[in-house]
Amino acid sequence: MALRHFGVAAAFALTVGMTASPALAVTEIQWWHAMTGANNDVIVKLANDFNTSQSDFKVVPTYKGNYADTMNAGIAAFRAGNAPHIMQVFEVGTATMMAATGAVKPVYKLMAEAGEKFDPKIYLPAITGYYSTSKGEMLSFPFNSSSTVMWVNLDELKKANVAIPKTWPETFEAAKKLKAAGHDTCGFSGSWVTWVNLEQLSAWHNVPLASKANGLDGFDTKLEFNGPLQVKHLENLVELQKTKVYDYAGRTNTGEGRFTSGECPIYLTSSAFFGNVKAQAKFNFTAVPMPYYPEAKGAPQNSIIGGASLWVMGGKPADEYKGVAKFLTFLSDTDRQVYIHKASGYLPITKAAYEKAKAEGFYKDQPYLETPLLELTNKEPTENSRGLRLGNMVQLRDVWSEEIEQALAGKKTAKQALDAAVERGNTMLRQFEKTAVK
Amino acid sequence: MQKQAIFQSRLLPYALVAPQLAIVLLFFYWPALQAVIQSFLLQDAFGLSTSFVWFENYLDLFREPAYFEAILRTFFFSFAIAVSSLSFALLLAVMADKPLRGSMLYRTLLIWPYAVAPPVVGVLWIFMLHPSLGIIARYLRAIGVDWNPLLDGDQAATLIILAAAWKQISYNFLFFLAGLQSIPRSVLEAAAIDGARPMRRFWTVTFPLLSPTIFFLLVVNIVYAFFDTFGIIDTMTRGGPGKSTETLVYKVYSDGLLGGNLGSSAAQSVILMVMVIVLTGIQFRFVERKVTY
Repeated sequence: MALRHFGVAAAFALTVGMTASPALAVTEIQWWHAMTGANNDVIVKLANDFNTSQSDFKVVPTYKGNYADTMNAGIAAFRAGNAPHIMQVFEVGTATMMAATGAVKPVYKLMAEAGEKFDPKIYLPAITGYYSTSKGEMLSFPFNSSSTVMWVNLDELKKANVAIPKTWPETFEAAKKLKAAGHDTCGFSGSWVTWVNLEQLSAWHNVPLASKANGLDGFDTKLEFNGPLQVKHLENLVELQKTKVYDYAGRTNTGEGRFTSGECPIYLTSSAFFGNVKAQAKFNFTAVPMPYYPEAKGAPQNSIIGGASLWVMGGKPADEYKGVAKFLTFLSDTDRQVYIHKASGYLPITKAAYEKAKAEGFYKDQPYLETPLLELTNKEPTENSRGLRLGNMVQLRDVWSEEIEQALAGKKTAKQALDAAVERGNTMLRQFEKTAVK
Repeated sequence: MQKQAIFQSRLLPYALVAPQLAIVLLFFYWPALQAVIQSFLLQDAFGLSTSFVWFENYLDLFREPAYFEAILRTFFFSFAIAVSSLSFALLLAVMADKPLRGSMLYRTLLIWPYAVAPPVVGVLWIFMLHPSLGIIARYLRAIGVDWNPLLDGDQAATLIILAAAWKQISYNFLFFLAGLQSIPRSVLEAAAIDGARPMRRFWTVTFPLLSPTIFFLLVVNIVYAFFDTFGIIDTMTRGGPGKSTETLVYKVYSDGLLGGNLGSSAAQSVILMVMVIVLTGIQFRFVERKVTY
């Protein structure tokens, strides 16, 4: 039963809190995260490097399960009075964390109070904008950022004599040819159905997903993604689903094996998919920018980020915050950012690190690693492409996915599905607005 | 059959029951009370702002058509899981009850699936039936079935019912076997001498004598389908596609833990709790007296 989980989580948080009492002269900084495999190694190395670089503080990283689990563990721990110092929260948890005034310590305040040197201008605005107020005050520290790109199986495209598509109509044509050439279960597909086909699509074409700059300027935002562009795009997907030129691959990234196995030769998903592609794909591949509709005015605009940022939890003593501030400064170092970028495939967050990677010729033989950065910095962000900040985003995405699935299954038209998704989503946003701390 | 024990001291029986009571209080009554309290509150995920809203959370639920759909869906799922699992288990038990060589081996093998945890069951079935990974899914496509539970709600529901029923077969099988073995042979022999054929013997003698067991299992299976299918749903479909596999217990989880809407989630928990109390009540009233373990 769900009730018991709270008890368990709270009890667990208690035990963690009890074992984490500083027994030595060093002050411990708890860091809860959701990184596995190679990315977990990166986290451990960063913590170790920091711990050996000075002797006052010790960063202790703890893996807490997937993104949603980590966030729930942090919330349960906070309720039990044992929150960690630093918590990794995925981008869709941003509004929930922001609304929790008092539960979190905004990064810009933390740096000022701890007397750390901190210049928000050294970071890439396309990345920090997502986690800052409209005044440009940084609330959380971007850690692992990615964007949506189109992964392409070069061998299969060559075999079918298809050029790499740039626009959506070209992509549909390419997928039809690939299907005719033997990919009869899947011409193209993608993960994270709402991120790719609603959130990124809207930003990339400079149309609003929601009012109030997609929620960045206030919790009284209303969803607006049932406009002509998004409806037309979903209609195209519904039409192609009938013949499997497009084949739906689920709400999360569980379908990504369909690209690496060679089943789907074109696949839209996160740029952070790189590690798995490199390890598993037995063919030549690349990643190119997302397609766009050429008739849309000003497209392509710029993409928005995915991934996660580090939130500093509230209510800790000042000397511990000093350690957290030092650690964030340590993470902002240029060489360290280049290391994170190369080791994990996530994007560097400072301009200096991006320039350095470029100067080192890092993108020469791996141009696809620069693709998400080129998308993010394609144009100066607008109201529609700075980022998103919608409450209960995890569940909102589930609701949107449900409706998109209904359309793809032929139970509703694209317009009906998106209208319903907007309406149901707005109800949830009003509920969130009621509970958000003013 | 009442067992009576005589205790010399007055306090001893209470002392003996105390540990059990403490556990029940700590792990059931306390969280249940928390849920009831929480269901009257409107609160953000962090518990920073709390307002007392009386029955608002309950009223919101009853205004939501999706909630009634979830109730109907849960009843349908429970019924489908219970019936398919019970009938198949009964068939197997009747087979295993025959004097066969190696019947012990069959019985042991049939009991095994009960030891598998629900999420693992989900993963096992996914490996067989996932549209792009599944072994069986490939054959289905090869013979021209358009198998895609990621989009087809009915197929996804079938998948969940299949996996959940499969796991419960072992448990039902055990009880049926015990029930069958307690049926007096003399009655069956008398029926045989009167010229009743096996089918007729089963329906006129065995089945009625098994009815308390069947009724008991029906209640247990419905409770199982209500709650323990959570792990299967979470690993297989996460309530999708659309809402076609979102049952009440999964909704409690997704509204509370994924959506951070604790008030509504708690209200749903309380409603579920009441349903189970009613079911258990029925079981005690009508069944406990007739079933001998």
